[in-house]
Amino acid sequence: MAEMMAKGEQPDVLFWVGCAGSFDDRAKKITKAFVKILNHLDYKFAVLGTEESCSGDPAKRAGNEFLFQMQAMANIEVMNAYEVKKIVTTCPHCFNTIKNEYPELGGLYDVMHHTQLLQSLIDEGRLTVEGGDYKGKKITFHDPCYLGRANEVYEAPRTLINNLDAELVEMKRCKSRGFCCGAGGAQMFKEPEKGQKDVNIERTEEALKIQPDFIATGCPFCNTMMTDGVKNKEKEEEVKVLDIAEMIATAKDL
Amino acid sequence: MEVSNLIFVLCLGIASFFFGRNVIKVRRNIMLGRDIDRSDRSRDRWMTMARVALGQSKMVVRPVAGFLHILVYVGFVIINIEVLEIVIDGLIGTHRVFAFMGAFYSFLIGSFEILAFLVLLACVLFMIRRNVLQIKRFVMQEMDGWPKLDANLILIFEVVLMSAFLLMQGADLALQNLGADHYVKAGSFPISSLLLPLFDGMSIEAIVMIERACWWFHILGILAFLNYLPYSKHFHIILAFPNTYYSNLEPKGAFTNMASVKSEVQMMMDPNADPYAAPAEAEDAEDPGRFGAKDVNDLNWVQLMNAYSCTECGRCTSECPANQTGKLLSPRKIMMDTRDRLEEFGTHVSANGKDGEDGKSLLDDYITREELWACTSCNACTQACPINIDPLSIILDMRRYLVMEESAAPTELNMMFTNVENNGAPWQFPAVDRLNWKDEA
Repeated sequence: MAEMMAKGEQPDVLFWVGCAGSFDDRAKKITKAFVKILNHLDYKFAVLGTEESCSGDPAKRAGNEFLFQMQAMANIEVMNAYEVKKIVTTCPHCFNTIKNEYPELGGLYDVMHHTQLLQSLIDEGRLTVEGGDYKGKKITFHDPCYLGRANEVYEAPRTLINNLDAELVEMKRCKSRGFCCGAGGAQMFKEPEKGQKDVNIERTEEALKIQPDFIATGCPFCNTMMTDGVKNKEKEEEVKVLDIAEMIATAKDL
Repeated sequence: MEVSNLIFVLCLGIASFFFGRNVIKVRRNIMLGRDIDRSDRSRDRWMTMARVALGQSKMVVRPVAGFLHILVYVGFVIINIEVLEIVIDGLIGTHRVFAFMGAFYSFLIGSFEILAFLVLLACVLFMIRRNVLQIKRFVMQEMDGWPKLDANLILIFEVVLMSAFLLMQGADLALQNLGADHYVKAGSFPISSLLLPLFDGMSIEAIVMIERACWWFHILGILAFLNYLPYSKHFHIILAFPNTYYSNLEPKGAFTNMASVKSEVQMMMDPNADPYAAPAEAEDAEDPGRFGAKDVNDLNWVQLMNAYSCTECGRCTSECPANQTGKLLSPRKIMMDTRDRLEEFGTHVSANGKDGEDGKSLLDDYITREELWACTSCNACTQACPINIDPLSIILDMRRYLVMEESAAPTELNMMFTNVENNGAPWQFPAVDRLNWKDEA
């Protein structure tokens, strides 16, 4: 972003990478896949790089409102200085926080989840998607809570899967009744409370029941939880957990 | 005016008085909560109420229970038109005062009978679901004792009321057929005509006795039921309406930004702020209260109304990922605890004034920390609630208290906070490495 600003340019969109997308080895692959697609289309985007900081979502959900607002206001200051108008992110938690909780603190942006941007690029005819390895394969989509119930985005990811010429099969609990992966509300960063089972295992069992070839996700945290679940069930050879951006990128051989 | 009219007036008066008094008490308790502004977007609010409460849109997500509930709901609302006639008859001593409407009256009475029968049937099925089929959400631990009894009492009440109504109708028909004085030929009797054989060979006096007894039983039963409501989960039949009207209209993912925190953070980040400035006097005169919620009076009135509106159906709990995997958290229990504590706190306030502390609190005495930390904030509970109750907002407010007043977050979360504060990420990665992915293969 700083480089573009120095050249006096404005990007079409700011790609908010998020902490998982920046640091987590698995999630970095999603970041790279999404960037490959944008580069392939010559889409003019920028990232904040080292000027990006945690959106504050985990702090807020864990009850630390002070820390959340400090993060939010610092991020808003940076983005407003760059006159950011439009944001896309691969993380539904950042998406939700920036879209719904930043405006009141002075950060007014048009925020999109990456599946929404990809969908609109297909609608505009800029992006074409072929089935590739996914043609005819059985794919199920795990709704991220902060994309689905929290913001009622259910269709964009599903349309993308259909664009891959794949067979979209739904789990019993999907869309507004989707079952959490177990990572939200800052659970990602702590051990779960005592119980009979971990939430991600319950969800993975539900997904495996319909015998998919791929479990598609739209959230780096869901991705981790589902990947762990599949490994726990020793099914990692048969069932792959992939973000939709990764599927589109590999289908296009990017 | 006859004696019976006087007795009726007296019963009606006493029932109204006690019901009114209890409603005022519940309202007072709800108003012990903090203020929250829900006066905006009245059009959207009316629409939400029409769709969710009046239209039962979220009930039918579960078709069997939803359908049965709609039967009872529609039956209850429509049969209450009959209560209007009963009240007028009781007050002025007429019999079937609306009979002059002729064919339309027959249509009304006929449909009341069919509805009464369907309500009766639905209530029996509900009892079977609770007591024989033992559906999981009805037999969980938090339902032991009063909640279970309450649920069954409500169903028994309704079965008895509907039976009295149908028996009264049958007796009335028998009397009409016998040409008894006072019993005008009016109405239609699709269900109660099946009861006619019961009255074969009885004297007119005996049938009049039965008819009158059922009439009194029906109306006194309704008045008693009305007065039972404020003590019961069944209060939802009234509170569902304001509860949906005042429910959250923002996207479910949008959590409130605490205003008290906002002003402090803004001051902290303002380079021109004078750290030694005395706090502005005038508007800050009132005690800002604690951060988050430890007790019921730290919650806002919408959250407290939610607690009184909850009818303990357990749809929230049966969708909750934490509960479904055996954790202690149950969103329904959060609401039941809030109501129980509010009743207790309200009684204490009545006796000792508003600032009276009774040494107990919602946190720890009712809701444990383990329950609060098990939540994934996934909003399955708020989505499932047929009347838009929001247990998640209570969980969040209590977490806020734990973190900001007691610094009592689990250790791993404290580490996460430290990382966010120092590195701008929940993990211990240096901020300068944030763009490293760009140059990796």
